[in-house]
Amino acid sequence: MKKALVSVTGVDRPGIIAKVSTALYELNVNVLEISQTILDGYFTMLMIVDMTAATVPFADVAAKLNVVGEEMGEVVQIQRADIFDAMHRI
Amino acid sequence: MIEVNEILQTMQMIHEQHFDIRTITMGISLLDCKKNTDAETAECVFEKVTRCAGRLVAVGEELENELGVPIVNKRISVTPVSMICGDNPLLIGQALDKAAQTVGVNFIGGFGALMHKGSTRAEECLLEAMPEVFAKTERLCGSVNVGSTRSGINMNAVRKMGHVIKRTAELTADTDGFGCAKIVVFANAVEDNPFMAGAFHGVGEPECVVNVGVSGPGCVQRALMDVHGQPFDVLAETIKRTAFKITRVGELVAQEAAKRLGVPFGIVDLSLAPTPARGDSVAYILQEMGLEMTGAPGTTAALAMLNDMVKKGGVMASSHVGGLSGAFIPVSEDIGMIEAAQARCLTIEKMEAMTCVCSVGLDMIAIPGDTSANTIAGIIADEAAIGMVNNKTTAVRVIPAPGKKAGDTVNFGGLFGFAPIMQVNTAKNDEFIERGGHIPAPLHSLRN
Repeated sequence: MKKALVSVTGVDRPGIIAKVSTALYELNVNVLEISQTILDGYFTMLMIVDMTAATVPFADVAAKLNVVGEEMGEVVQIQRADIFDAMHRI
Repeated sequence: MIEVNEILQTMQMIHEQHFDIRTITMGISLLDCKKNTDAETAECVFEKVTRCAGRLVAVGEELENELGVPIVNKRISVTPVSMICGDNPLLIGQALDKAAQTVGVNFIGGFGALMHKGSTRAEECLLEAMPEVFAKTERLCGSVNVGSTRSGINMNAVRKMGHVIKRTAELTADTDGFGCAKIVVFANAVEDNPFMAGAFHGVGEPECVVNVGVSGPGCVQRALMDVHGQPFDVLAETIKRTAFKITRVGELVAQEAAKRLGVPFGIVDLSLAPTPARGDSVAYILQEMGLEMTGAPGTTAALAMLNDMVKKGGVMASSHVGGLSGAFIPVSEDIGMIEAAQARCLTIEKMEAMTCVCSVGLDMIAIPGDTSANTIAGIIADEAAIGMVNNKTTAVRVIPAPGKKAGDTVNFGGLFGFAPIMQVNTAKNDEFIERGGHIPAPLHSLRN
């Protein structure tokens, strides 16, 4: 499984989850887990996704999410989950 | 499954505490590039470096985007040029510089020589050429090993390096002697160091290899804030835990980079390498431990513990640890060191003591422009002696900024930062340095 973390930070507004999920759905990226919190007044959403069946390469998924983020005025980033496994699991 | 707080911690380390992969350095052997003339050798060197490292920058950027951790520098280290050059090393230096530019790396290291036991004709030529080469190139770095625990100190090389540094400063006077920032004089140089300016590809290394240097003084400082007032045992554990996490990411990047570049993974160098950015300082870690300023009594002990705990935390996190691993204490590249030097709380003499326990030596120290070549050689000899006797790597990278006096400031820009000119002891040592010859290797029993 090719796991990645999608993080969305910015101001809370309606439709954030819907828009990000739609973009992921269009690229055939499966959402495994969602967590949402308000951190220091900032809206923070973390999504663990599975990119195994993604229809485009990683860089294109990142670019697409970036566009979605800009349209909403949020920062949307994606990074491979390996970095968290490396750092926090032996 | 990864916990949310772990994800947030990693993100804070990257975005707020300046955690980054400091460098992916590709080591390339040039031993097969030696031809009949330096011109032919230079041609072969350019071809080999651009062929081997053609995808280095692209792969670095790919990994940076996928993993979401900055990979600040992509660099190259090569076999010490003295092993493949003849009478005209400038041609090879320029070929390396051009190759670095072509593949898009910011520095290429290895324009140097291993002279701890004596010198060859090529090495003499290389030393002779060094000032001109560093004045005429942009991305080239070099180092010379003048001593080792097993072989003692080559005092002829020490004397000559004093002159090389002095001359390089004169030839690069328009940039306050910046050429000297690209020259390191080592004792016990390591063959797999990925950090500049001292990186070179040792003769014991394979054809081509990928080494990674991690950094993160800000993460250690932040972690120590949470254990304010606690005893040293707690401090030590906290540093180890942070070093472990940092190094694990270095290992991940190194493995991935090696796979994508199709070359073996060499080592992870788990160093705390500061930058002039606030919050990315080794000096601030020492201050977080309870010192008003770096240089205060207790600084050497604090640094000794930091250096050792970084290694202890890091070794378990990587399959191959190497390079210079430890805490770097450059002056111009560390805002806390700059402040301490400006306040005259930190002197070269105190730094000399610190180099007995840190990972390398006197690094990025600007000294008055009228400092004599022999005084610089004396500083080199002292550092080499510390390295030789204590079985550790030491180095000198000083910049005698032309026309500047103690208390003035020089600005090198970017990662090289800025530095106050530090006072140097000017008592004469000419007779000592001009003796030449060799200091024999030290005894390793009867240690006290």
